[in-house]
Amino acid sequence: MKAARFDYIRPRTVQEVLDHLAEHGDEAKVIAGGQSLVPTMNVRLAAPAVLIDINHVEELSGIEADKGTLRIGALTRHAEIAASETVAAHAPLLSMAAPWIAHEAIRNRGTFGGSLATADPASEWPACATVLDATIHLVSARGTRQVAAGDFFQGVYETAIEPDELLTHVEIPAIGEGYRAGFSEFARRKGDYASVGVAVQGRVGASGAIGRLLKRGEGRLHDLRIAFFGVAARPMLATAAAAALEEQPLDESTLKAAQEALPTDFTPMEDLYMSSAAKAHLARVLLGRVMTTLYHGEGR
Amino acid sequence: MEPIHEITLTVDGEQTTRRVTARRSLADFLREDLGLTGTHVGCEQGVCGACTVRFNGEQIRACLMFAVQADGARVDTVEGLTETGDLTRLQEAFHRNNALQCGFCTPGMLIAASDLLIRNPDPDREEIRAGLSGNYCRCTGYHAIVDAVAEAAQNGKEAEQ
Ligand SMILES: Cc1cc2nc3c(=O)[nH]c(=O)nc-3n(C[C@H](O)[C@H](O)[C@H](O)COP(=O)(O)OP(=O)(O)OC[C@H]3O[C@@H](n4cnc5c(N)ncnc54)[C@H](O)[C@@H]3O)c2cc1C
Ligand code: FES
Ligand code: FES
Repeated sequence: MKAARFDYIRPRTVQEVLDHLAEHGDEAKVIAGGQSLVPTMNVRLAAPAVLIDINHVEELSGIEADKGTLRIGALTRHAEIAASETVAAHAPLLSMAAPWIAHEAIRNRGTFGGSLATADPASEWPACATVLDATIHLVSARGTRQVAAGDFFQGVYETAIEPDELLTHVEIPAIGEGYRAGFSEFARRKGDYASVGVAVQGRVGASGAIGRLLKRGEGRLHDLRIAFFGVAARPMLATAAAAALEEQPLDESTLKAAQEALPTDFTPMEDLYMSSAAKAHLARVLLGRVMTTLYHGEGR
Repeated sequence: MEPIHEITLTVDGEQTTRRVTARRSLADFLREDLGLTGTHVGCEQGVCGACTVRFNGEQIRACLMFAVQADGARVDTVEGLTETGDLTRLQEAFHRNNALQCGFCTPGMLIAASDLLIRNPDPDREEIRAGLSGNYCRCTGYHAIVDAVAEAAQNGKEAEQ
């Protein structure tokens, strides 16, 4: 099938985008990478009367780090994030997650903002944004506002974005001294959306400065943020599992306690391919993998 | 009347100006307006990879872009890349390894494989599989395709030395 007819607009500035959104309201849709929107247009699940192409709005792309904050423009492609040294230095979790998103051809077009705005429950960026406590910047003709990732994702394909709003950029606190990131996912095929995935960041060390001297496989876990995706309508913070690991070294018994806490955090929703019980099992396995790599493994 | 847009772009090295409706996909534009039927259309969902082309040098799905969005861009298809010889080593390796059966997936495979070899001239089999994971072969001749890409990489290395 082919897309239904629409009017096409190619603005150059955020202000022009906002004017068009204010004028056309619900009738209009922004197109960024098109990697989620166009498939739905091609089967006419989506049929916007007006398509606002933001690919030529330069102020919406780019990656910058300043004073402990990483800023990623909405139009930044998945592939740019995957290749960015600035991202690797300030938010290594994103560098770890990027290769799991779709395939090269899709990563070359798909955007960070588009993925957050789509809010697919099995997608990687929303879970990472939740772990990293990202702040999502929205703007409309009515003004600007900022939404914490924890409040932004509201349901399956549902976010805090209003129809006249544009996501301009995301701010992420840079990873702190002694902190490490971890990412793991199970998908039916490389590049598919996750069946279950997990993103983690936390500190390994003693309390205080001595923590920096610790070797791999030593020290206690602190301040962990663990988010699972593919298990619920939106990314789920596993706070009970994190609590079971807090102040503990990672050994068999603490890991087991954390895995056993997972049912307190969520009961996975089944999908077309996998039962709730199978996902619960995978969540336990992935938690074990990601924590073991984070604690004992190489890299940040 | 459906609005018509005039676009100018460079396809396979040749500049062309055409009039298109906004909803014309880049894949359909290449095939039906320019007669470049080397680019195939399968799923129109971004899933099968048959429509993969280079857009400003990077591989993309031509079914997930509208032709009007390619105004001002450079698009390279399997046909142009064959003519310039960019794909010769891969095409020979595909031929030698029987890496095509019906051939439907082949143009997309060639673009994806050439893109992989540009980024990683010496991939192992796992990396080749990952690099081609976005391209379906419904004849399922994956082993032969991986063999062909490995051979092309090897021949590329030898040619370098
Ligand atoms: C075969 C295939 C496999 C995929 N696999 C994965 C995967 O494994 N993991 C994954 O996470 N994703 C996957 N994707 C989706 C891909 O990551 C998309 O790029 C992403 O979900 C949407 O980003 P986009 O820039 O393409 O957005 P678009 O498709 O352009 O837009 C999607 C929606 O977001 C809105 N939007 C976009 N940008 C903005 C903005 N700045 N402000 C407000 N609204 C905006 C649009 O109006 C639209 O409603 C896959 C896609 C395909 C085709
Ligand atoms: S036709 Fe474009 S990916 Fe299948
Ligand atoms: S050779 Fe037939 S689809 Fe691949």
